[in-house]
Amino acid sequence: MTRGARLAEWVALYALSVVVALALASVIVEATGGDWWPVVEALVDGSIMAPGRWGGTLGIAAPLLLVALGTVISSKAGLINIGQEGQLLIGAAVAVYFSFRIGGPGPLNVVVLLLFGALGGAAWASISGLLRYWRGVPEVLSTLLLVFVALQAVGYGLKWQWLLLADEASRGNRNLVSEQLAKDNRIPRPDIFGNEFPITVYVALALALAVAYVLARTVWGFRLRMLGHNPRAAQRAGVSSTVYGASALAIGGAFAGLAGAAMFAGGGFSFGTYRLVPGFSDNIGWTGLLVALLARERALPAVVAAFVFAGLRNGAGFVNSTGVESRITDVVQGLLVLALLVPPAVVFLRDRRRARAAATERV
Amino acid sequence: MLIDFFSAVGDVLSSESTYINGALFAALLAFAATGEWVAERSGTLNISVEGMLLSGAFAGILGYHLSESIVVGLVFGAIGGLLIAAVQAEMSHRLTADQFVVGLTLNILVFGLVGFLDREIEPQALRASTVEIPVLVDIPLFGQALFGEPWPFYLLYGLVPLSWWLVYRTRWGLELRAAGENPQSADVSGIDVNRRRRQSIYYAGFTSGLGGAYFLFARIAAFDDSVIGGQGFIAIAAVIFGGWTLWGTMAGCVLFAGALSFQLSLQGLGYELNTELLQALPYLVTIGAMAIFAKRVRPPAALARPFIRGLK
Repeated sequence: MTRGARLAEWVALYALSVVVALALASVIVEATGGDWWPVVEALVDGSIMAPGRWGGTLGIAAPLLLVALGTVISSKAGLINIGQEGQLLIGAAVAVYFSFRIGGPGPLNVVVLLLFGALGGAAWASISGLLRYWRGVPEVLSTLLLVFVALQAVGYGLKWQWLLLADEASRGNRNLVSEQLAKDNRIPRPDIFGNEFPITVYVALALALAVAYVLARTVWGFRLRMLGHNPRAAQRAGVSSTVYGASALAIGGAFAGLAGAAMFAGGGFSFGTYRLVPGFSDNIGWTGLLVALLARERALPAVVAAFVFAGLRNGAGFVNSTGVESRITDVVQGLLVLALLVPPAVVFLRDRRRARAAATERV
Repeated sequence: MLIDFFSAVGDVLSSESTYINGALFAALLAFAATGEWVAERSGTLNISVEGMLLSGAFAGILGYHLSESIVVGLVFGAIGGLLIAAVQAEMSHRLTADQFVVGLTLNILVFGLVGFLDREIEPQALRASTVEIPVLVDIPLFGQALFGEPWPFYLLYGLVPLSWWLVYRTRWGLELRAAGENPQSADVSGIDVNRRRRQSIYYAGFTSGLGGAYFLFARIAAFDDSVIGGQGFIAIAAVIFGGWTLWGTMAGCVLFAGALSFQLSLQGLGYELNTELLQALPYLVTIGAMAIFAKRVRPPAALARPFIRGLK
């Protein structure tokens, strides 16, 4: 098959799957007496078309992308980290704890905040690394279980003033909120064509390029990939699975923690109050993991995937006004992900079948 | 103060309602965990069990809404679980899509879908009647909790031994365990590895769907999307805690449900324990148990590793 034909086939397959997914969603809406078309319009309006909306979408895409980049790194080393939700939340909590205690002038404090966010996420992920390489506990299990521990730990921290809870003057009659981040400690949100988004968007993009480069073009990245492809061969070639694996997990956690800190200091969307609250992570960690897996563990496609997911989340805000329950966007999102999984799998299976048939013919 | 607290603990431990509540949660966990255990033995880490429970709960109430019969509700519940299992199994072990993407997506999808449908349909149901088994129900403390339950509870007394028998005493179970331990060898000896894994996921969907519906009919008989609230993940923790043995898994279910019920009862008496710690307990205990026994208790060797012939 020529290159052009293959590309056309890919495009057709993806288009077909997406159409099927949307058709399914429309059937669900219509069957319950709603109208489908206004929902689509609301989603498009709410994510990019309406004034000021694409900035919001970018603001959500940035933490998703950061989480996804970390996941790409740990997956390349052959590790299955599914605990980003917890690593993100712990990162945010650690960032909050230290930024209010260290203080310092505006821009410096932002750097401190992001740094401690990354450290917190890395530390949380390193628990799994420790358990993996010291006690042989599979990282896929420990990272998953630690998510729920993290949720409770942060909930606990928000009950006590010596941990995360704001003092009475600042929190008023509210419970379980942290101190509010001072205005000059926030990440700047410059206004571009009527859209504003935190400059962490640029940082996330730059990091995506950096991750792609490091994985593809450096010795460290090569060794990491070698470990992922064939741990035994990597060990023979002098790649310590403990050192490289544990650091890949820690870096993955650092990215998630960075995302958490950036969400806290960056504002926008549902995390716009500059306060840490229970449920602050708001599924950004889980969704970021999906972004990475959907981009098949590559850094640059993750940029696109992150934007699409952010668009769906941001667009959901407009759906309620159509009279259809906005929960339908979760359904649309789920169906889309499942649909996007089909084309690569179909092509992969067919190519294998063909190769096998060709191999039998030769015999 | 401290003496008061201890006497409250004593009250809680000697009151039947603690055990009845505990049995309610333990049964929910057991329904889900017994299927999850079978799935994990075949080498697939089925994290859509949360979605299966929720789907089963909603399908159950929908079935009751349509027919006014709890039996139909339970059948619907099982079907609801099986539907999720179908997507999970066919996508991840036929189409070779990543099992975690599929599982996580299904959890989100089900959560959104039942929330959406619940608002649009607003189904109603009734609690299942309790059936008391004579003589046994009079055992002090435990009697009521184990033998005086809403009748769907008793399905467990069949389901759990059935799972054990299927996995340890049938050819199917042997092949399933082979698929979980060493898929390459299993494949060479003519076992269709991915087929066994798909079947085990269907089994998990069946038991979890039933469990979700049971919980609804046994407890509140009203649906809301937080009704399962993470119990599916606790069921996964119970399987791991149990070291991938069925009895260990059931012990995990009883322990975790007991801790929850204990905390709820103490709250009822006005004592506020460290709720966060108690909520995190199942996960902490499981991580601790894994770390301590990791060298002795091994997960199925191919757990969460996809099998594609000729690759890895």
